[in-house]
Amino acid sequence: MSITPQTEPLTKIKSKQIIEFLKLGKRLDGRSLTQYRDVKIEAGVIGKAEGSAQVSLGNTRVLVGIKVETGPPYSDTPNMGVLTVNAELLPLAHEIFEPGPPDENSIELARVVDRSLRESKALDLESLVIVPGKLAYVVFVDIYILNHDGNLFDASEYAAISGLMNAKLPVVEVEGEEAKPTGDFKELPVRDCPVSVTIAKIDDALLVDPTLEEETMATAKITITTTKDGRICAIQKSGGGTFTFEEVMEAQKIARSKADEVRSLIPGWRG
Amino acid sequence: MGESGRKLIDENGLRIDGRRLDELRPIRMEVGLLANADGSAYIEQGKSKIIVAVYGPREVHPKHLGLSDRAIVRCRYHMAPFSTQERKSPAPSRREIELSKIIREAFEPVIFSEYYPRSMIDIFIEVLQSDGGTRCAGITAASLALADAGIPLRDLVASCAVGKVEGRLIVDLNDEEDKEGEADMPVAYIPALDAVSLLQMDGQLTEEEFVEALKMAKEACMKIYQMQKQALKQKYVEAKEAVEEQE
Repeated sequence: MSITPQTEPLTKIKSKQIIEFLKLGKRLDGRSLTQYRDVKIEAGVIGKAEGSAQVSLGNTRVLVGIKVETGPPYSDTPNMGVLTVNAELLPLAHEIFEPGPPDENSIELARVVDRSLRESKALDLESLVIVPGKLAYVVFVDIYILNHDGNLFDASEYAAISGLMNAKLPVVEVEGEEAKPTGDFKELPVRDCPVSVTIAKIDDALLVDPTLEEETMATAKITITTTKDGRICAIQKSGGGTFTFEEVMEAQKIARSKADEVRSLIPGWRG
Repeated sequence: MGESGRKLIDENGLRIDGRRLDELRPIRMEVGLLANADGSAYIEQGKSKIIVAVYGPREVHPKHLGLSDRAIVRCRYHMAPFSTQERKSPAPSRREIELSKIIREAFEPVIFSEYYPRSMIDIFIEVLQSDGGTRCAGITAASLALADAGIPLRDLVASCAVGKVEGRLIVDLNDEEDKEGEADMPVAYIPALDAVSLLQMDGQLTEEEFVEALKMAKEACMKIYQMQKQALKQKYVEAKEAVEEQE
């Protein structure tokens, strides 16, 4: 069951300050409304994982590890490999995160990233089947939130796609029912580079890449993912507010132009 | 192509169930059918059947979850194990957990929760039979149940999906169109605020298609909104007739 969250409000002086800055088209950290924080992406940080990447967006830090195993494909998609996305809001990342099974926020985060990867067809799942109906590659994308300062959706999505671009696929030999790794590796077939852009609404202002303070002030957020060809492949409005149609159109335009900027920073993507 | 390899839109521009591209499925709404709930509603949209109950505003349990300045809203979207072709485990799936969250967020902007501090309003959506579009139909019915419970609302929320099959935009997708189609975009619309409180999309749409799809979603939601108002009035017409008969 989903319950209205108890969010610790910002101090009055802080929220007043944020709003006054927004009226001037500015933000507390000196950014313009459509400016991202510094995006830093480092791929291949975990040697034991088949792929990995660490992303920082300002103080937000996310680590993604990709593990590849073999297993049976889903019965309704016997000719496809399997992609699984999971997210952990680690208690070390913020005082508001508690240990325990994934709550609605981590499930939503994982599902929004999953949608971006899946609907863009970034990973060529059809080439990941080994024996149709019997054996396929299973690609696990595990999102680890290390430090929470807002915009986890985008940081996680950038880390996930960067991790996939960095990942190697273990070559296997089929012996009877089992797949034995030969010890060789090949490239994971990544065909697109989906990039999500999250836009928060505070009063009537739309701002990209909100910090945690800005997210606390925002009435709603919208995350729009576009493919390398500029097609929209995933949208998620979240938070208990509304967007007018004009705002959605504006957000869509912003998302399209910012995505191109971020895409050029994804290591391993030559579009 | 559909499951059997058949086309989802024929040469006359009609869909597998005979609908035009912008045509809603037959919709039946009923208000106030559960005796115990403070408000309730039932909707049939094509083959989808959903029942919704609202309880509250009532005391918060446990107390520490309450907010001092407004009511909290709790929402559960749940599918019955027998609602789908293959039995669905009754335990909440990740999909149901996500949908419960975004449906709650679709209602937060219309409920005057500030009127009821330290209390809670519960929305229980049970999908009895699923044939696509259940989150939208669930929202449409939950609006009626909230109104039936007498909870002050800024407006009803009307909801409908727009999608793409075989390169054409269509409204109110059924299950096969959703599964075989190229895009699905559920929208919840609040006419009084002229704003959307739920917007999701998966699949692929160009900018032009997205603009057109939003327009179609608004039109479809307005049609559903008129039906919602009619269904609410109908309950009182029936009550009045019952009284007149007794007299």
